Amino acid sequence: MNLAAQTHGFLSPTGVEIAFLLVGLATFGAALVTVTTKQLVHAALWLVVTLGGLAVEYLLLTAEFIAWVQVLIYVGSVVVLLLFGLMLTKAPIGRSPDADSPNRWAALAVAVAAAAALVWVVADAFRTTWIDLDGAAAGTTRVTGESLFQNWVLPFEALSVLLLAALVGAIVLSRKAKADADATTDTATPPAAATRPPAPGATRTQAPGTTRPPAPGGAQTPAPGSPQAPAPGGDRSAEEGAR
Amino acid sequence: MHLVYPAVLSALLFCTGLYGVLARRNAILVLMSVELMLNAVNLNLVAFDVWLSKAAVETLHSGQALTLFTIAIAAAEIGIGLAIVLAVHRDRGTSDIDRLRAAAEGPDDDPDDSDAPGHDSGAAATARGAAQADEKAEATA
Repeated sequence: MNLAAQTHGFLSPTGVEIAFLLVGLATFGAALVTVTTKQLVHAALWLVVTLGGLAVEYLLLTAEFIAWVQVLIYVGSVVVLLLFGLMLTKAPIGRSPDADSPNRWAALAVAVAAAAALVWVVADAFRTTWIDLDGAAAGTTRVTGESLFQNWVLPFEALSVLLLAALVGAIVLSRKAKADADATTDTATPPAAATRPPAPGATRTQAPGTTRPPAPGGAQTPAPGSPQAPAPGGDRSAEEGAR
Repeated sequence: MHLVYPAVLSALLFCTGLYGVLARRNAILVLMSVELMLNAVNLNLVAFDVWLSKAAVETLHSGQALTLFTIAIAAAEIGIGLAIVLAVHRDRGTSDIDRLRAAAEGPDDDPDDSDAPGHDSGAAATARGAAQADEKAEATA
């Protein structure tokens, strides 16, 4: 520590350190709001602030390529996916009082204990370690690309296979319900809908090929002009057709 | 730069995500917290890679390569996770992980929902499902 402290002062932070600290405070604050806010859409938007702050931290650590990948993938696609997920699951706009579990105090205790232990261990372990940010940047696109395509080609290709598998998996997960609904509607469209109880959560209205759902009187004949129906049809297929 | 800054920030972000995973009830908010934890790990990887690329002899830039792989796997994870959440929401009418206790398929026939709060929530899910069906019918008509 003495040897290190001769070249780097503890109490004389450099400009990069001050910038890192300020951006880090903003990032941490945004992360706290993300996990504590009661408005679900606001949580996604504060997540954008957190991920953008982390991209700035990567830039300050001279990892340019990672920073732009972070902006592209996380801010550009993951948050958009999360917002779509919130909309498709009918997340309430405004404050939702049941956003937090009743055991959040236990969760808070666990998180604070973990944070204290981790920060203590990390700060004690790397008290005398400095990152040398001078000289050539450690994470330019050239450096990253050379190392990626010289030393990491096989994992890179395996990762593309994994992405393909994830893509196919997501499609299969989304289409499984449609195959299910087709199986029930193939047998006989209105009677099969009648045998299945109009239970909650099933929320099936109509198959894409049929006309509007039956009237509330229980008549199974298609009655145009009655949008509110007991809805025993095929909502899944309707939803799939809407995509 | 002192290595403690990114390391401590990473630890704090990880514990924030840990709190979110444990305390949130909406499945999508849990996924957001998982993203926070993954990003904390990424920050750690990048910081240690930048440190070791100058301090060590040959590191192959393994930290940054692993960060790129983590980002790609996180994107795959969020896609699959959201597909699962949407399928569950379509099947049960809720994405509240506290109410998803039964592993069996089928709407609301799990015995856990027969207790008082579960029953109320089931009724709420019914109403919400019906309203949702009406919206879908109008949207597809």
